[in-house]
Amino acid sequence: MRIEGINESTCIVYFGDTICDETAGRVKQATDNIRAALSDVITDLVPSYTSVMVCYDLERIDRFGIHTRLRQALEGGATGTQDDAQAQTLELPVYYGPEVALDLKDVCEFSGLSPDEVIRIHSEQTYRVYAIGFSPGFAFLGSTDQRIAMPRKSTPRLKVPVGSVGIAGAQTAIYPSATPGGWQIVGRTPSKMVDWDSESLALAQIGDRIKFRSIDREEFISLGGQFDEL
Amino acid sequence: MSFEVLDPGMLTQVQDMGRLGYQHIGVTTGGPMDEHAFLWANRLLNNPLNAPQLEITFGRLSLLAHSDTSIALTGADLGARLNDRPIEPWQTYEISKGDRLSFSMPVAGLRAYLAVSGGLDIPARLGSAATVTREQLGGLDGTGAKLAKGDRIPLAPPSAVAKASVPYSEIPDYRKPLRVGVIPGYQYQHFPRSARARFFTSEYQVSQNIDRMGYRLSGEAIHGDLDGIISEGIAYGAIQIPTDGQPIVLMKDRQTIGGYPKIGSLSALGAGQLAQRAPGASVSFYLSDVADAEARRMIFNHRLRQGAPGTTG
Repeated sequence: MRIEGINESTCIVYFGDTICDETAGRVKQATDNIRAALSDVITDLVPSYTSVMVCYDLERIDRFGIHTRLRQALEGGATGTQDDAQAQTLELPVYYGPEVALDLKDVCEFSGLSPDEVIRIHSEQTYRVYAIGFSPGFAFLGSTDQRIAMPRKSTPRLKVPVGSVGIAGAQTAIYPSATPGGWQIVGRTPSKMVDWDSESLALAQIGDRIKFRSIDREEFISLGGQFDEL
Repeated sequence: MSFEVLDPGMLTQVQDMGRLGYQHIGVTTGGPMDEHAFLWANRLLNNPLNAPQLEITFGRLSLLAHSDTSIALTGADLGARLNDRPIEPWQTYEISKGDRLSFSMPVAGLRAYLAVSGGLDIPARLGSAATVTREQLGGLDGTGAKLAKGDRIPLAPPSAVAKASVPYSEIPDYRKPLRVGVIPGYQYQHFPRSARARFFTSEYQVSQNIDRMGYRLSGEAIHGDLDGIISEGIAYGAIQIPTDGQPIVLMKDRQTIGGYPKIGSLSALGAGQLAQRAPGASVSFYLSDVADAEARRMIFNHRLRQGAPGTTG
């Protein structure tokens, strides 16, 4: 663990240099520990793959105080083992049909696999939420099976429809809102990934597990799925 | 009690100090591009420091007052007029029902702050009224829209306000070339000595590519030994160095995480001074540290608390 200052109200704690389950577990646990122990002085926490950025209120604590309190909060704990038991697994319905799987053909060409095989490989795995960012509720999930790990498109789409499920190399993700984006789109979920009027706000949290369940057109429509977002 | 928007100008948004506490789910903070000017505007009126205001970028805004109140104007000089009388920033003014407040073009600086006694009466979205258009959050109706012609901006009931102006020593000159401290951090060690030397001795220009997400500078290219990094949290004022070597300073509407190498960060007050610079302005950097940024902010906070003639504790 390494704590480094960034500016007068921000520092960052690093837990490793590679993306892996163990580091992700420590990040998740550290985030929970810091939130519990330092709620009186922190204004924001930004966990990611290997680090947690800590924003604090300079009127309440200075650069020395925050380092000391962070050390105290993180000492001993953060082994990354408890977290596995606590993490929730979300099952997300995904329709992989041709109307919404805008790049499935390309992924098939890239992998030399049939659409059914790509869908099976993508949906049989359990993914971990490694980071959230890019846009509100956009969860970076890992790791995609190597056979379908197609890189981003060379030219991003100007508008990726809401709920689109994409692949970018070893990562997969759901677009919670219509934004520009370059991921290879293989399906769409009817589930709302962000809802500012709900208590949870964002469906996926860092450390959660996510599994995709392949659904047919009928179920997609009955769950409120939309085709006309382009 | 309201102001009516006769002309929204180029970009006028509702801002408060920002949407704090949601970055872990990817929601950026928003907030005033220039905290120094924003905070002084509320302070002049004895408002809560977080009270929502208008951030007026570039000018051309025109408002009609439908009630009596007091305002404070700070930040850029955008050629403001109260009815037909030119008015200066950094002080308070009495507004009567029927008054017209208008802004023309930047004279000095880029962003003016208009605070109203008691604050704008805007419902918070995720704890804040700050407008972030990209995220469709905040602003008049909570959907992130900037001001539009015909909008009615609701005002809180005004309090009695004495005439007040910001002490002369606290008024920055936005026309001066900006020399601003950089706190080394993040991937600083991955930039070779020669690259760092170039960064700290070169003069950069503010490019045309500036918005509330980031300020792209142009000048001597800086290259480090990393093309990309594992995505991590981006602080307000962080300086990204993309592969073309031209620095980008990340501002209030930045994405919460990102994977470009960063050479360090400005302080919030430093980034605020940058936010007042228009394309073509000169920017140079000196080596600073967290202690220096902390001390400067504490001094600012202290002066703000002291207030100005006319304000109360």
